[in-house]
Amino acid sequence: MIQALNIEKRYGRAWALRKVSFELGDRGFLLVTGANGSGKTTLLRLLVGLATPTRGSLAIAVPRGQVGYLGHDALVYRDLTGLENLELYGRLYRIPERRERIGMLLERFGLWEARSQRVAAYSRGMTQRLALCRALLHDPSFVVLDEPFTALDDAGANVLDQELATLAGVATVVVSTHDPARVVSLATARLALT
Amino acid sequence: MSGYAADVAALARKDLRLELRAREVVPAMSVFVVATLVVFHFALPPDSGRTAAYGLLWVALVFTALLGLGRAWVPEREGGVLDGLVLAPCDRSAIWLGKSLATLAFLAVMQAVALPAFALFFAPIRGQAIVGIVLADIGICAVGSLVSAMAAAGRTRDLVLPLVFLPLAIPLIVGGIGSSVATHGSHYLLFLVLYDVLFSILSWASFEYVITE
Amino acid sequence: MGVALVLIFFVAQVDADQGISQKIFYFHVPIALTSYVCFGTGAWKGLRLLWTGAERYDLESYTAIHQGTIFGALTLITGSIWAKASWTHWWVWSDDQLVLFLVLFLFYCAYFMLRTSIEPGSRRERISAVYALLGVALIPVSFLAIRLSKSFIHPVVFSRHGPGMTHLQFTAFCVSWAALLLLVYVMYRIELIGKRTDSELRDLREAVAA
Repeated sequence: MIQALNIEKRYGRAWALRKVSFELGDRGFLLVTGANGSGKTTLLRLLVGLATPTRGSLAIAVPRGQVGYLGHDALVYRDLTGLENLELYGRLYRIPERRERIGMLLERFGLWEARSQRVAAYSRGMTQRLALCRALLHDPSFVVLDEPFTALDDAGANVLDQELATLAGVATVVVSTHDPARVVSLATARLALT
Repeated sequence: MSGYAADVAALARKDLRLELRAREVVPAMSVFVVATLVVFHFALPPDSGRTAAYGLLWVALVFTALLGLGRAWVPEREGGVLDGLVLAPCDRSAIWLGKSLATLAFLAVMQAVALPAFALFFAPIRGQAIVGIVLADIGICAVGSLVSAMAAAGRTRDLVLPLVFLPLAIPLIVGGIGSSVATHGSHYLLFLVLYDVLFSILSWASFEYVITE
Repeated sequence: MGVALVLIFFVAQVDADQGISQKIFYFHVPIALTSYVCFGTGAWKGLRLLWTGAERYDLESYTAIHQGTIFGALTLITGSIWAKASWTHWWVWSDDQLVLFLVLFLFYCAYFMLRTSIEPGSRRERISAVYALLGVALIPVSFLAIRLSKSFIHPVVFSRHGPGMTHLQFTAFCVSWAALLLLVYVMYRIELIGKRTDSELRDLREAVAA
């Protein structure tokens, strides 16, 4: 489903990613590891189509609406409430039975009580939970998560563990982390960036 | 409602909601435009006629619009939201259209303050001038949403936006002043329509390239 | 270029009203036209970039606009000299072409500022290309606007060419324009080669360092 051959990405004069090749089949689970600055975020942005490789070829057979991406930023409006943000994305993704789906996700990630607060008032962990809701809102078949455990407390991390376990084998998943122990049991492939 | 229109409506409504909640841009623009008019009262020599005042009205309107355009993509930039919108399956031009419509609404509110103030301080405003202002607003929003997104991609966005925007706005100012001053100004209005159509199509078609790689 | 100079100064008749100062016409107008050609080329390369995504068009578009801006500045200078000679002022708002070039010059100055403020990469390439396209739309629209603005700023419109050119004058004009086009093309190639060598050198240096 994903074929990357010698992909490279340069920002300005600095190379963010050098010669990465891998393949990932349908419903595979790829674990991307590497130190800070090794290009994990860059690789993930390339995979979801937010950036294009400077060199090399990258083929991904997924329509844009089937990609679920969790980035460094939460990709939500700070002055809208959690619910309003998800409502907006729900409309743009044309999710059937939007309200039910949003309510279920907010419930699952423990944000239902805080749904009518502005995101600016959320703690970092809550913002991360909301970002996860946003990434998974449209039930994507290709899930790309960049450091998903960042800022989550134990309860949040447990919810995410469960989510990942349900996704594995149903969707194609790429997860980057510097703490691979948490998800290594689910991974079907590993990619270590240097 | 078709899917495209629904996307545009959702995006524009979001901007209006943000503004209603934060009340940052529109009040700032309204106060700024009135302050500018007051400054012009002192800047204009007492014997300068009405025509000069109409010219200054347009200076005030364009600079105030610039103030609003500078803030247009700030909410998107703060949380990296533009990435989220780019990933959504909607047509990317809908993002531009939503922003343009929201900006148009902000300009309309600002002008609802500015024009009565101008009529009170300087000279009455005719119907033809109002049509000219509305047409110019459309052009300002269409081009402005595009170039402010372009400027927002750089480091010195606040500095670059006026430099980029003003040369593009000169034709609008010409058409606008013409329609405010001339007795038979229909060709100025026609020119504004031409500008709006040409630059709206261009912005609509090219916006996707500005926000993607 | 030499042929053009000879034609301009020795062959073409001296204009009856304007005398020797009219000679600058053979520089001013071809320089202005050359500048349009550069801006047009820049936009065309920009369109090709958006169409094909090939990185090389970015540099070509940039170089064309750079040359266009240089020639635009020259247009302003020669136009200003001409204005001084013909109308005794260094600047006249009644010359459409000159005012248009002022607007365009400002617009393309902003191009360089916008471009330098964005990190190099595909985002910058695309934004520059869109900007170049906006430029070619702006040229006719601004020209029309300037013509329209005259009716309320300067009611008197006067024609510059007057009775038109003789055959010899027209030949001198065309040769001069052709010479300038050749010059701009050579300058464009040189700048392009320079820029390409520069970036290749940088890549090589990095490869050596790595």
